[in-house]
Amino acid sequence: MRAPVSWIREYVDLPDDVTTEALAARLTALGLKLEAIEHSGAGITGPLVIGRVLTLEPEPQKNGKTINWCSVDVGSANGTGEPQGIVCGAHNFAVGDLVVVVLPGGVLPGNFEISERKTYGHLSAGMICSAKELGLGDDHSGIIVLPAEAGAPGDDAFDYLHLRDDVIEFEINPDRAYALSLRGVAREAALAYDAPFRDPALRETPTPNDTGYPVVVDAPDGCPVFAARTVSGFNPAAPTPRWLARRVQLAGMRPISLAVDVTNYVMLELGQPIHGYDRDQLSGPIAVRRATDGESLTTLDGVVRTLSAEDLLITDDSGPIGLAGVMGGARTELSGTTTTILIEAAHFDPVTIFRAERRHKLPSEASKRFERGVDPTLPAVAAQRVAELLVEFGGGTIEPGFTLVGAAPPSRSVTAAVDLPARVTGMPIPASTTVAHLEAVGCSVSVEGETLTAAVPPWRPDLNDPFDLVEEVARIVGYEDIPSILPPAPAGRGLSRTQRLRRRIGHALAGVGYVEVINFPFVGKASFDALGLAEDDVLRRTVRIANPLSAEEPEYTTTLLPNLLRTAARNLSRGARGVALFETATVAFPSGAAAPILPVDRRPTDDELATLLAAVPDQPLFLGVVLAGERELPGWWGPGRDATWADAIEAVRTLGAELGVEVRVRTAERMPWHPGRCAQLFIGDKEFGHAGELHPKVCAAFGLPKRAAAAEIDLDFLMAAAPDVAPAPEFSTYPVAKEDVALIVADDVLAESVAETLREGAGELCEAVRLFDVYAGEQIGAGRKSLAFALRFRAPDRTLTESETAEARDAAVALAAVRHGAIQRA
Amino acid sequence: MSGPNNEYDPVQVTPLGAAEVEAMRDDALAAIAAASDLDALKHVRTEHAGDRSPLGLANREIGALPPAARKEVGARVGQARGAVNQAIAARQAELDTEAEERMLAEETVDVTLPWDRTPRGARHPITTGSERIADVFVAMGWEVAEGPLVEAEWLNFDALNLGPNHPARTMQDTFWTEPAENAIVLRTHTSPVQARTMLTREPPIYVVCPGRVFRTDEYDATHSPMFHQVEGLVVDEGITMAQLKGSLDHFAQAMFGEGIVTRFRPSYFPFTEPSAEVDLVCFVCRGQQPTMASCRTCRGEGWIEWGGCGVVNPRVLTACGVDASKYTGFAFGMGIDRTLMFRHGIADLRSFFEGDVRFTTAFGSEI
Ligand SMILES: [Zn+2]
Repeated sequence: MRAPVSWIREYVDLPDDVTTEALAARLTALGLKLEAIEHSGAGITGPLVIGRVLTLEPEPQKNGKTINWCSVDVGSANGTGEPQGIVCGAHNFAVGDLVVVVLPGGVLPGNFEISERKTYGHLSAGMICSAKELGLGDDHSGIIVLPAEAGAPGDDAFDYLHLRDDVIEFEINPDRAYALSLRGVAREAALAYDAPFRDPALRETPTPNDTGYPVVVDAPDGCPVFAARTVSGFNPAAPTPRWLARRVQLAGMRPISLAVDVTNYVMLELGQPIHGYDRDQLSGPIAVRRATDGESLTTLDGVVRTLSAEDLLITDDSGPIGLAGVMGGARTELSGTTTTILIEAAHFDPVTIFRAERRHKLPSEASKRFERGVDPTLPAVAAQRVAELLVEFGGGTIEPGFTLVGAAPPSRSVTAAVDLPARVTGMPIPASTTVAHLEAVGCSVSVEGETLTAAVPPWRPDLNDPFDLVEEVARIVGYEDIPSILPPAPAGRGLSRTQRLRRRIGHALAGVGYVEVINFPFVGKASFDALGLAEDDVLRRTVRIANPLSAEEPEYTTTLLPNLLRTAARNLSRGARGVALFETATVAFPSGAAAPILPVDRRPTDDELATLLAAVPDQPLFLGVVLAGERELPGWWGPGRDATWADAIEAVRTLGAELGVEVRVRTAERMPWHPGRCAQLFIGDKEFGHAGELHPKVCAAFGLPKRAAAAEIDLDFLMAAAPDVAPAPEFSTYPVAKEDVALIVADDVLAESVAETLREGAGELCEAVRLFDVYAGEQIGAGRKSLAFALRFRAPDRTLTESETAEARDAAVALAAVRHGAIQRA
Repeated sequence: MSGPNNEYDPVQVTPLGAAEVEAMRDDALAAIAAASDLDALKHVRTEHAGDRSPLGLANREIGALPPAARKEVGARVGQARGAVNQAIAARQAELDTEAEERMLAEETVDVTLPWDRTPRGARHPITTGSERIADVFVAMGWEVAEGPLVEAEWLNFDALNLGPNHPARTMQDTFWTEPAENAIVLRTHTSPVQARTMLTREPPIYVVCPGRVFRTDEYDATHSPMFHQVEGLVVDEGITMAQLKGSLDHFAQAMFGEGIVTRFRPSYFPFTEPSAEVDLVCFVCRGQQPTMASCRTCRGEGWIEWGGCGVVNPRVLTACGVDASKYTGFAFGMGIDRTLMFRHGIADLRSFFEGDVRFTTAFGSEI
């Protein structure tokens, strides 16, 4: 809402020394949020005067343009009294016209300094101004030609043009619809300075009668009040008075024609949207009714709109002529030949307008006001005001017929405890203050014992609950007076277990060189295709977004990998030599169920709540890890090392160790991983993720180097598996006995299973089995490999003898021979 | 020389006179002092302190002396030998130290050589920032509540006094999921966590909810379809706006330093009544001239818009099963991304989501 300060001051006697900045600050403190202050006309400095064109000589130029060499009488404003020679490119004026002249030394908006200059072979001493050049609108089609009574040559033009005014632009919250009018803004200004307020809606209005234009309201729920007045004999060519056009323009609307400007002016003044019809285009009575499905209307923007049964229509015998409260129809709109104007000032149901505006994507100045709630007592007053202004400036007469259908609903009352504002705000607000402030916002208040009853004024549809009254009182007392006191919270339990574990997981991964990233969860078919997932892969069953930002990514992801891989590639493309990233985020698996819309006037039953919560998609917390390029850099210590499948698995094992969970690994084939380099990760016998090298096709699809590796696990599952209380270990302090064994096995025998066999075969004395070398080569033979293990033995109660150790080792090797066909290497 | 001579032989007594023993000792001490390295000292030890050294031989002779002379000569020789051994030990220590110093000097390296074999990791500033914020409240006894990002429409809107035709729904441009009748949305604020908390816990409730939210905003330097919020919710008996102000002032000081306070401006949110917008005293210029005029953080305003807050609308309490006649509550919400942007001078919101490791590592693992 843009409010010219001069317009505010018309309704409220503010002290003269109140600056625009101070006024804006006080209004902001009351709840009208300052967006911007505009010092309109401040970019212009004089001399800016009225001039009379004395001579005008058209001079065609080589470039095809014709300029006018003019002499202009500017009185004594130029200090000499001699005519001023000015070159002008416009052609919409003639000798004898009054124009606006800026003389050398003046400055126009944009810091455009005017000086004498040579142009087109003349010395041009000033400029004849257009509306656009003066910041008075968009009109650049010609210069401003003033009416004869505008003044005499040399008169100052600032005041005549209403050039200088301050405009405060507010962001109006939905609960303060009344402030979408100067009436409302001025009311708040009066409140801010405790100054007298003159309500522009308090004006003499004739009594409605039944001789006005016939109106039938078939949908009173959608249109409780409809007022109509007619002006006939109107001169469609009459110009809009400069002050009125200027106010409409400063308020942010474009002046168009007297009739339109007046309807907009009254809307801005009172907050009541007005619609004007060319009555000669109407056929038969106006009827307000709901649309039937499939009906259509051409709105005045020229668009044919298909209507729905919920839309509220203004119709005549020919059919729909307007989408009520949103936009009028093209056929009956005011035009340059309209001489009989039917003025509609109606009250429409906010929800109806809100839904129509959304359905037709037609936000307008009218719908913006109706959907938030307009004062329902305004229609008759507003219609009368429009009619009077039209006649005043456009001639003609107001026809005596005055239609008023329906009536404003009776005043509502809200009851509250008198001390509620004090109790809720924590400020010592006496009852008398509460009553005074509620009356200041327009309520009629009565107090009985500890209870007050406030009759709500018609322009405040937002005041419905006791707490609404609290806000009114509190904002006038002043939010700045609210004391600052800490509430006495009971002893808390600190972070939850998973909250603590999540932090630990982040620290552990950052500690081993992973950088955390946050990606959007949006993916599309291409994301899953790039991962090489089969058409029926479970990960392709997603929650779909109805209104995605990108049509290519309309799905909420089920895997962190696609966007994580993309981020890795972005880093490499920006010059990173290697990248190791992790992300923890929830993914979503659709429930397929519908979530009910439950009542809000009571707590849902446990069953209702359970149904609701069950319909919410399952959203486990996942961890994704990606590595590509150098994992270790080359340096003076030696060569570097590229990331491999093993790094990805180790990242998960690191977390297992961090949380005290044994992570087990099995071979797996699963896209997007390399079929021979993919590990399935287990805790106990439950799979919770995969890790390994990415499939070369996947690397190529994401622009990653070959051998890039990734892991993805269900972090919720890992955290749930972490022991709540870790038991203390027991260990022997007797000397350790060490034995190394090298076993030759077939290529496809897994190291992990051989290690497990050795552990089992070596028995209780075996403390640790660790693989320290893998070798394949001619000495071993094709299709085979040698696995070297370091075995450590220790007894809890004695030093082991050599033979005890050897016996355990031999047992381990023997079992490996049986299980895996392992042959001990000499 | 032969073994101990038990025979009394006066001829051989002569050399063990005081002068002779002193001469032997002085010779030895001179040789020790002259030993320039450990090898030389080893040689000196043999020559002057060994069994066959003059003092060693003299020591042997003591047994052959007449008993009357033994004591005197024995003491003299013993003292001399003691002095020599002591000198050797001292010189040995000196030479050991010298040798060690020489070795350490030879092992000097260039400690400015880099050892950046494995690039460093880092946690995301949104993560660490959220944790830091949570910790401020946990320290006051509050708990951290969380909820799903894909959420039931009823919890995101209706339960929070945002009915199906509430104009405020248009302000929160919502990502809806298909099919629409399933009534599932991407949560537009963390407030559904408040609703869940009230539905599942009895007051007193003191929770803080940091988390990710979604709006259909175009992606640019100050807007993102995904961003982060932190909300607080308190429901207890006798809760007031003064306690809301106190909590936010404490939060502001914990994040931005002593003396940083908040300012409330009347505003509108469906889930709170009365409602306020919260401004923060600019932590750079502190709202004081002359720095304020040119302050880039607050653009010369002295205040920074921080978030919204208010008294929980009793309608919300009712929908969430809290007895509104017994309890009152307050709630507040701030943008985490935004808070970090002005706290750290981050110019472009997209920096958080591009995943450039140079951005993230600059914040380390704590904020
Ligand atoms: Zn500042």
